[in-house]
Amino acid sequence: MSTAQRVGAITGKELKQLSRDRVTFGMVIMIPLIQLLLFGFAINTEVRNIPIAVVDLSGSAIARAITEQVRVTQVVDITANLNTPAEAEAAIVAGRVRAALVFPENLAQRVASGAPVAQWLVDGSDTMVGSALLGLRSMPLFIDQGIPNKAYASTRPSFEVALFFNPERRSEVNIVPGLTAIILTMTMILFTSVALVRERERGNLELLITTPVRPLELMVGKLVPYIFVGLVQITIILGLGRLIFDVPFNGTLPSLILVTMVFIGASLTLGLLISTAAKTQMQAMQMTVFILMPSILLSGFMFPYEAMPVAAQYIAEALPATHFIRLIRGVFLRGAQASQLLPDIFWLLGFTLIMLGIATKRFRKSLD
Amino acid sequence: MNELAIRVQALTRHFGELIAVNDVDLEIPAGQIYGFLGPNGSGKTTIIRMLCGLLTPSAGEVSVLGLNIPEQAEALRCKIGYMTQKFSLYDDLTVEENMQFMGRIYGMARGDARQRIEQLLQRYALAPMRDRHAGAMSGGQRQRLALAVATLHSPTLLFLDEPTSAVDPENRRDFWEQLFDLSDAGTTILVSTHYMDEAERCHRLAILETGRLCKHGSPAELMAELAARVVEIGGNDLRAIKNRVMQLPEVQSAAQQGLHLRVLLNPGIEAPVDYLKAALADAGLNYTLARPSLEDVFVAATQGSTAR
Repeated sequence: MSTAQRVGAITGKELKQLSRDRVTFGMVIMIPLIQLLLFGFAINTEVRNIPIAVVDLSGSAIARAITEQVRVTQVVDITANLNTPAEAEAAIVAGRVRAALVFPENLAQRVASGAPVAQWLVDGSDTMVGSALLGLRSMPLFIDQGIPNKAYASTRPSFEVALFFNPERRSEVNIVPGLTAIILTMTMILFTSVALVRERERGNLELLITTPVRPLELMVGKLVPYIFVGLVQITIILGLGRLIFDVPFNGTLPSLILVTMVFIGASLTLGLLISTAAKTQMQAMQMTVFILMPSILLSGFMFPYEAMPVAAQYIAEALPATHFIRLIRGVFLRGAQASQLLPDIFWLLGFTLIMLGIATKRFRKSLD
Repeated sequence: MNELAIRVQALTRHFGELIAVNDVDLEIPAGQIYGFLGPNGSGKTTIIRMLCGLLTPSAGEVSVLGLNIPEQAEALRCKIGYMTQKFSLYDDLTVEENMQFMGRIYGMARGDARQRIEQLLQRYALAPMRDRHAGAMSGGQRQRLALAVATLHSPTLLFLDEPTSAVDPENRRDFWEQLFDLSDAGTTILVSTHYMDEAERCHRLAILETGRLCKHGSPAELMAELAARVVEIGGNDLRAIKNRVMQLPEVQSAAQQGLHLRVLLNPGIEAPVDYLKAALADAGLNYTLARPSLEDVFVAATQGSTAR
């Protein structure tokens, strides 16, 4: 009897406290609601609208007819017409397209002889994207006035496919670099989001703000140590990825360090902004989770960006992890130079500066 | 000596519906130890925070060391030391690390800071525990560390918010000796407390109650104002007598202290002992006119404000 009473007392108190912590209470409702809607719609392993380039060396009507047939499968989205296979490869390395369809000069002869008509150059680092494009290899082609050409029935491949960067189609090749984005998102945002809140909770902040320290000095001073933490973490992940999972490193070290630094900067300043908004460490952690979940599911880490509906892609574009996953896969797997990946780098840099600015502005040396 | 360190006019601060500080005027002379005496929730901390520029006043004028606050709060930072009510140094740093950290925050040169830290470690008997984590120290030790840090950059004005609330009486006495040393050296000290014995040590003090300033002056002046208004009644059954005394129109308060009942009467009463004798008409009681204490001052002042 008295046990039930005491349990009841604690339960009642717990519920009261929960309902008074408005942020936590909001999270109880918002997390399932938003996450369900988001991920219910976003998770889709059927990849569509993969951006590709077409290189037509033959300049023939047949090439245009085949291109049109490829387009109507909706698997691909032709975003560029390039002149040479070298340009196509550069576009793939830079991540502007996932694949290129190259028609050779002797296209007409090939069609006549029944050989594969063209070659796909595919960024194989993302195995789901690779698989979707491999599915096109044996698609039936209609050449000559819409009559199916028997030569390109399912028994013989219509295209040749060259899988770049990950010819064995091992998923860990794609996962390990992506994982750096997830782990850094988690630890970087978490460390800094509790950083200021902890000082406030322990009472250190009241003393600190009576000193001549400036908000920006405080913010930057808090961030600097975690830059090194982030670099240590990425070294562990990528180093072990190479040693244990044999993930190839095709890029250069300066590019790797540069893209990592801009992402660490973006994550740390985002955490700092959370730190100025959260009242308790608990709230800071909840807000971190709120960023972390979409970063795992929408950033391209688990599902290709192209597999997501447009609305989810907009959300993904707002997440630093999405940009970093593009960068790290580009640098690590495709051997891209930082100079080929400028849009994502500038996005992260801008994000960092904006977050730092807002956090500094929000943090006032006052207890009001 | 007649210079003012702090001048406050019509200072008011709301927190939503609550009026934490209500129309307070203050003049604090430089070089003195000025006390804020008041119970919890009387607005002591809120006033101190506004004087430091940590809180924005809802209304009123604040001038600290000739600077308008909160507008010129940044310029004030280097001139003041602040000891918060709650220990606010880093528990997981050692005594010396905490001091070094704050020295660097205040922009002290490395050599100057080292010298000053050495001096303070000696002065506040912290040298033997210089490598101890602040979190592992006793209340008295932490308080000495907090004072050492607050005076690290040799501020001309010190704010101490209930500095002795976690400290035993022995350490409290030592602490006040240190405050007098600082005051002697020219530092103005504003200290809040709810201990009467501490308030009595201040050069001047202000009595606060529910955000209002009830009375201010030197402890001696304040007590002198109460002369011939405090009577001690001795006898049996004091609880019952207290109830009777409280009914009398000229009595402000009555409190039992051991074998006596201490009665505070309204101002202006001519012959308090005769008045009580006549009113109580009990031969078993004896009456003595007592010297007013600061507690009497406090009770008289705060009763006055609640009756208003």
